[in-house]
Amino acid sequence: MLSKSQARTFFLGGTIVTFAIFLGLSWNSLSNDVPKQTNLQNLTEQVVRGKHLWESNNCMGCHTIFGEGAYYAPELTKVFERRGEGYIKAALMTQTPWAPRGRKMVAYGFSDAEATDLVAFFKWVGEVDLNGFPPKPDVSR
Amino acid sequence: MKYQSQKVAYWFFAAAMLLLSLQIVYGFIMGFAHMGYDGLHSVIPFNTARAVHTNLLVVWLLLGFMGAAYYIIPEEAQQELVNVKLAYIQLISFLLVGVVAIVGYHLNYWEGRKFLEIPRPLDWLVVVNVLTFLGIILATLYKGKKRTTTSMVLAMGLVFAALLYLPGMVWFDNQTMDSFFRWWVVHLWVEGVWELIMGGILAFLLIKLTGVDREVIEKWLYVIVGLTFLSGILGTGHHYYYIGVGKIWLIIGGIFSMMEPLAFLAMALFAVAMYRKGEKRHPNKLALYWTLGTAVLSFVGAGLLGMAHTLPQVNMYTHGTLVTAMHGHLAFWGAYGMIVFSFITFALPNLTGRKLYDTVNGQLAFWLSNIGMLGMTAAFGVAGVAQVYLERKTGLEFGAVQQEIEVHFLVLVLNATMFATGITFYIIEFFRYGRPNNEAIGVEETL
Repeated sequence: MLSKSQARTFFLGGTIVTFAIFLGLSWNSLSNDVPKQTNLQNLTEQVVRGKHLWESNNCMGCHTIFGEGAYYAPELTKVFERRGEGYIKAALMTQTPWAPRGRKMVAYGFSDAEATDLVAFFKWVGEVDLNGFPPKPDVSR
Repeated sequence: MKYQSQKVAYWFFAAAMLLLSLQIVYGFIMGFAHMGYDGLHSVIPFNTARAVHTNLLVVWLLLGFMGAAYYIIPEEAQQELVNVKLAYIQLISFLLVGVVAIVGYHLNYWEGRKFLEIPRPLDWLVVVNVLTFLGIILATLYKGKKRTTTSMVLAMGLVFAALLYLPGMVWFDNQTMDSFFRWWVVHLWVEGVWELIMGGILAFLLIKLTGVDREVIEKWLYVIVGLTFLSGILGTGHHYYYIGVGKIWLIIGGIFSMMEPLAFLAMALFAVAMYRKGEKRHPNKLALYWTLGTAVLSFVGAGLLGMAHTLPQVNMYTHGTLVTAMHGHLAFWGAYGMIVFSFITFALPNLTGRKLYDTVNGQLAFWLSNIGMLGMTAAFGVAGVAQVYLERKTGLEFGAVQQEIEVHFLVLVLNATMFATGITFYIIEFFRYGRPNNEAIGVEETL
């Protein structure tokens, strides 16, 4: 039967080995996958300004991006492709709450420049290679 | 209790109860908003309610863990806490930071990064606070007569939890990198080091409640935390499927996160086995209920319901839908909410000297809150699965789907009402115990 010191060895050994593998895989992802899959050359200052607006207004508190966030408002990873610049800017710049089907979004009233930054962010996000996410609907109606 | 400095734990628990109540209020705001009743939108928009709801959860759980540590460490180390005054200051300052953060969320002052919404300047205050807490705990352990496995596992969990907060404070321009390191905090907390904390608290409770030999319990504690890290560290990969990093994570994350339930299964089997092995029964029946309850429901909520959507083939469709909320609610409640409740139920009679071991209120609290939470989980599950099929499989538009599933939020709110009623009974019991006092020192029942 397992002794206490064997159990401790299992715990420490397993932890160290898996953590080392995890660090190695992370290193590999960050140095090889990220530059390719996220198109680093397109990560302009405008995109970064858009990301900052995305964060400082907690857009993730309602929406998801890369499938991460809250489930109150639509997934925005492919929003640029789906809606286009005009629609997105209208939702961002309006002074009264945008409320498709009655569900209200905060009326942020962004300036044209800010809205353009956010659109650039969405465009960059939409081009990231997400291993196939979001899935294409495959049941015909 | 055996040491008078353990009394500080009571105030951490009281603060935890207060924040939990607030968390539930914000939960209701969101439940009603999902049903279409968003009357508070102009004051508390959904993203505010959401940030408050999840952050209060994290803060009250941490308060519970800290309180439990302040209770357990003196008893295990056979040593008064080295500085009680500092522990009170730490509690008050922690609450102050929390209040500032929550007020900030109502004024659009935050960093919209799920679970890590606290702005960076306040992060530094959290760091100072947690270092103070760790200082008190580690100094007490160092000065103490004994260093038991239980206290070491608990302390290790607390130290790692503090260290893992740091990757979340680094600034990244790239959303993928941001997300990558955000999971170092969030995933490695809840599916890693928090399980160490939970395991340590559970071992302490089982030693006290079942009377089984410490050596036996602590051996299995090593096995459990071993399984946790073996599966949980590489299981982080299940958050890396679709954020812009390589496909290797689909394999690594898939395999290792499928193993994650093992640690919770081991915990459930372990708790039940120790309960049956123990020849004596501690009179604190409610504490036993909660302890066995957390062992079982953490397996169901965190283990099984997590496994249900962790394979990449499934997660491709469920990622970013209400299915996640289904898993999240029962996982946090079953594993971490309930372990804190177990500990409070065990500690209150010892802190106050009042032996409300098996009361009607206490029973109602246990059954109503747990049945309510199971019902909420079912409601989220039905809404989530419906959403997955309508939106992801047939391509119906998001808003149209949300209108289709509104009715499930009525079911959610009804069950949440049951849950909240249970919590109300629990808090009534909490107040009935009265304050901790020195007369309670040395009179607790031991096996």
